[in-house]
Amino acid sequence: MAKLEEIETEEHGETTMSIKMRRKKKKYSIIIPTYNERLNIALVIYLVFKHLQDFEFEVIIVDDGSPDGTQDVIKQLQNVYGEDRVLLRARPKKLGLGTAYYHGIKHASGDFIIIMDADLSHHPKYLPSFIRKQMETGASIVTGTRYVRNGGVHGWNLIRKLTSRGANVLAQTLLWPGVSDLTGSFRLYERKAFEDIISSVVSKGYVFQMEMIVRASRKGYHIEEVPITFVDRVYGSSKLGGSEILEYLEGLVYLLITT
Amino acid sequence: MKHILKIMALLVAVAGIWISLLETSVVPRSYTWLLPVYLVVSLGCYGLLMVGVGLMLFPTCPQEASLLQKDIIEAKEFLKSKGVDVGAV
Repeated sequence: MAKLEEIETEEHGETTMSIKMRRKKKKYSIIIPTYNERLNIALVIYLVFKHLQDFEFEVIIVDDGSPDGTQDVIKQLQNVYGEDRVLLRARPKKLGLGTAYYHGIKHASGDFIIIMDADLSHHPKYLPSFIRKQMETGASIVTGTRYVRNGGVHGWNLIRKLTSRGANVLAQTLLWPGVSDLTGSFRLYERKAFEDIISSVVSKGYVFQMEMIVRASRKGYHIEEVPITFVDRVYGSSKLGGSEILEYLEGLVYLLITT
Repeated sequence: MKHILKIMALLVAVAGIWISLLETSVVPRSYTWLLPVYLVVSLGCYGLLMVGVGLMLFPTCPQEASLLQKDIIEAKEFLKSKGVDVGAV
């Protein structure tokens, strides 16, 4: 009996302690997949550290064996910012976006997972607004949207805009996802929510982002949006191929049937 | 429920209303026959309208591009001074 009480108080003590710890400071793990981004990743990391000074965070870079020396640059960045803040978790070859996050989260120690692109189209200055939005609303997911006031896109031609609008109207009409920017990949997730959702996602490439948010919405997670701007990449080449539209339509049909 | 089932249920409901209209002939039959065509056409119009409006109101941010350029210069200077290789790609 005495033993039982002891265990109970011990458990109790542990939970109050962990609650206190969580109240004290949340940690954010930023996962950035890279492939041939030696210049962009350095700039992104500088900007992340500049804009997140008030928060506890780590950056996890999942590099898919870039031949351009991305990993060498990351090692130099580790010398500047510390190996405990900038983590390099490389994979031997190009294995795709979805699995990159899966790989990244295994090494993440944060309460929240933030995913963003390495190509500077997502500016780290928006990170505090994601975090603030989450704190204010208690949402499980905060997703960046380009299609609202104060958001926006730069560097797209008319065809690209037309395709994007068409794709969006189609998805809104068919899927009723409850978020305005389905394919955006600048998001903050509660760690548990991220692990739960990613375990039921099978899509690869950029349909992965769409499947994540649609499944989250179906599972009833609280999703909030913040405006972000999207400046088309300045350095390096885009990795989206010409079969983009076909892949999108396939993804749409897949989500219609399975969610 | 799978989402496709929701949409199919909606379609079945609409078809049900249409058939009952046909059967009860509240509206003249010749009109009722054309209703599905109107529905498809109006759906198409809705889609085109939404794309058109979205395209006209597409939010752009040219000022962000120049702000980013400034940030890039600042970042490069700092990183260079710390010995990070930010040379040409």
